[in-house]
Amino acid sequence: MDALLSIKDLKVANGGRQVLDGFSLTVGAGQIHVLMGPNGSGKTTLASVLAGREGYEVNGGSVTFNGADLLVLLPEERARKGLFLGFQHPVEIPGLANATFLREAYNTLHEGEDELDAADFLAMARRLLQEVELSDAFLSRGLNQGFSGGEKKRNEMLQLLLFKPRLAILDEIDSGLDVDGLRLIAKLIVRRRNEGASFLIISHNPQLLRYVAPDAIHVLYGGRLVVSGGADIAETIAERGYEWLGNAHDQERQGAVALAGSVGNG
Amino acid sequence: MAEQAIEEILKREYAAGFVTDIEADRLPPGLDENVIREISARKQEPGFMLERRLESYRYWTTLQPPQWAHFPHPEVDFQAITYYSAPRRKQGPQSLEDVDPRLLETYEKLGIPLHERAALAGVAVDAVFDSVSVATTFKERLAAAGVIFCPMSEAIRQHGELVQRYLGSVVPHTDNFYAALNSAVFSDGSFVYIPKGVKCPMELSTYFRINEAKTGQFERTLIIADEGASVSYLEGCTAPMRDENQLHAAVVELVALQDASIRYATVQNWYPGDEQGRGGIYNFVTKRGECRGRNSHISWTQVETGSAITWKYPSCVLLGDDSVGEFYSIATTRHHQRADTGTKMIHLGRNTRSTIVSKGISADTSSQVYRGLVRMAPGATGAKNHTQCDSLLIGPVAASHTFPTIQVGEVTAQVEHEATTSRIAEDQLFYLRQRGLSAEQAVQMIVAGFCRQVVQKLPLEFAVEANRLLAVTLEGAVG
Ligand SMILES: Nc1ncnc2c1ncn2[C@@H]1O[C@H](COP(=O)(O)OP(=O)(O)O)[C@@H](O)[C@H]1O
Ligand SMILES: [Mg+2]
Repeated sequence: MDALLSIKDLKVANGGRQVLDGFSLTVGAGQIHVLMGPNGSGKTTLASVLAGREGYEVNGGSVTFNGADLLVLLPEERARKGLFLGFQHPVEIPGLANATFLREAYNTLHEGEDELDAADFLAMARRLLQEVELSDAFLSRGLNQGFSGGEKKRNEMLQLLLFKPRLAILDEIDSGLDVDGLRLIAKLIVRRRNEGASFLIISHNPQLLRYVAPDAIHVLYGGRLVVSGGADIAETIAERGYEWLGNAHDQERQGAVALAGSVGNG
Repeated sequence: MAEQAIEEILKREYAAGFVTDIEADRLPPGLDENVIREISARKQEPGFMLERRLESYRYWTTLQPPQWAHFPHPEVDFQAITYYSAPRRKQGPQSLEDVDPRLLETYEKLGIPLHERAALAGVAVDAVFDSVSVATTFKERLAAAGVIFCPMSEAIRQHGELVQRYLGSVVPHTDNFYAALNSAVFSDGSFVYIPKGVKCPMELSTYFRINEAKTGQFERTLIIADEGASVSYLEGCTAPMRDENQLHAAVVELVALQDASIRYATVQNWYPGDEQGRGGIYNFVTKRGECRGRNSHISWTQVETGSAITWKYPSCVLLGDDSVGEFYSIATTRHHQRADTGTKMIHLGRNTRSTIVSKGISADTSSQVYRGLVRMAPGATGAKNHTQCDSLLIGPVAASHTFPTIQVGEVTAQVEHEATTSRIAEDQLFYLRQRGLSAEQAVQMIVAGFCRQVVQKLPLEFAVEANRLLAVTLEGAVG
């Protein structure tokens, strides 16, 4: 398997705290990986560092994307290489028409291809709006301006379908969505995967995980991955919470215990 | 990283800062009654005009320069200014073919081709260079529709009756210090008359250029839309980069009669001075429109990116019942620029309505003031105003202030006022960059979004230009 994304021993501090402390993960082309972990464990931190957000101190490790060093690139360069971040909290940009934004971003991300004229672009955007079940009105509204939580997430999915990234990191894409929305998003993820795209999905939602049938589920705890495995992990966490990992984590650190049901990551 | 990229775009030079090398017919600096007689004589004005000028001058000598400004500035030495400077030219009426090629080239460089073949389709242009109009395009086509569009000095000679009736009827010479000065020494500007029931077939536009050093520009514009007439007008302005401050003190008067509509847009890009605050235009302007007739409509739209100091309050007097006044403004300031701008909406007639949307963007160490007055006079039953003032600050030391004044003397009138202040947030920039847009594009898009409500009000031909201008006006840290 060729690794699309390869994170090795990544260490990231924020505000004086070592949030990630030796995090490793490999995502292959066409794979869906799920990252779980308690609140504040560093999932959004990881997503932000991968996408190039400023303000984090990377103090160890490496990340390659499609074989090249990812961490030296500007955020926009990473995006143009096919890395997409679906935000946990998409920000509002008042007055910037969603359609204007989508078109500018599309043209930048698809530079070198035949540029779509305004009419063709609009037709495509309308079709995708239907896919994510948003009305045409969302094209003329300000970007995320006054969108409900679920509408923001649908607009993130719309962008995923429009930009066709090679790797999408979806940070709690399910939060704010109703059951139907969840099912819809799972369907779209699977479709993109079948087209060859890779995913790193940050979610606690066993429902979503059941729909998308991930290749692996990982748990982030204490700054590193403590468990990697199959669907049963999600079920265990749904039942028992993250507490029990505390012990597992300590024991693993001491090198005493290999977790039952876990598979090595890498 | 983002900050660096932003700094880069923002360091772009003022593109209109060149000087045209052309001999000028110029009065020596200083102001007295002789200078005024000289100006009037050079323009071959009828006697009534000279009398008005002298009256205004005598009144002006009794006034003190205004002291109310929020930001102090060095006193203007009115005896150091040249009040008349015109490119030297042959006598007699001018056709476009006679215009000095250096002037045509100047306007070409500024993006305003004056040859009708090359001109923006559907826009007629009056080009004012220092104290005089040097060319007016599409005059014949407009004349065929009955529209008069000509330099003010020509109107004074050829349409004396209209000028006598309307000039100074909205902004009398007693209005304020700079209006009095302008009424005494104004040299040129545009005159527009749209006859009854005529919809002006083209956009009208005046392009003001200050070229000579130590010269003030005192333009005078008068637009009259007769009953049922409508017109859309745009003015643009630029000046060379110079270390000294130069004075621009214009007066613009609009008159809308019954069922008439005037849309007046400004893209003001006077030289703003350098990073240290040296040089730049003092832009002290009086602009006012009167909705004289029932159901008349006046709309001011302005994009203010230039000048060292701007004082400007395009206003509407809503006299006719059911008349409508609008003010849409974007002001951007950087370095040491100071913009004090806003509007006055004076509601006198019944069911008069006004809308004010003001967007201020201040970057670096610049500051801005929104200063507005909404007055609901007794008897303005059912009158309504809605005001929205938004400020966007870029960098930690940029400042903005809002001084709204509301006077309500009519119980059935309604006044609403909203105000916000924001900064470009790091998470907004990051979101856009995550979608492949550069930091530069991201800032431009956020600013364009902030300004959209106002830019939409500009004639289509100028909306793109306005967005481009806005993009180069920003500077400083983002946070
Ligand atoms: N700007 C910040 N300054 C300091 N600490 C932060 C900042 N942002 C997040 N953190 C902290 O970093 C840790 C990881 O946060 P985050 O990555 O958002 O967790 P998750 O997404 O897993 O809930 C938390 O302890 C959080 O409080
Ligand atoms: Mg999070």
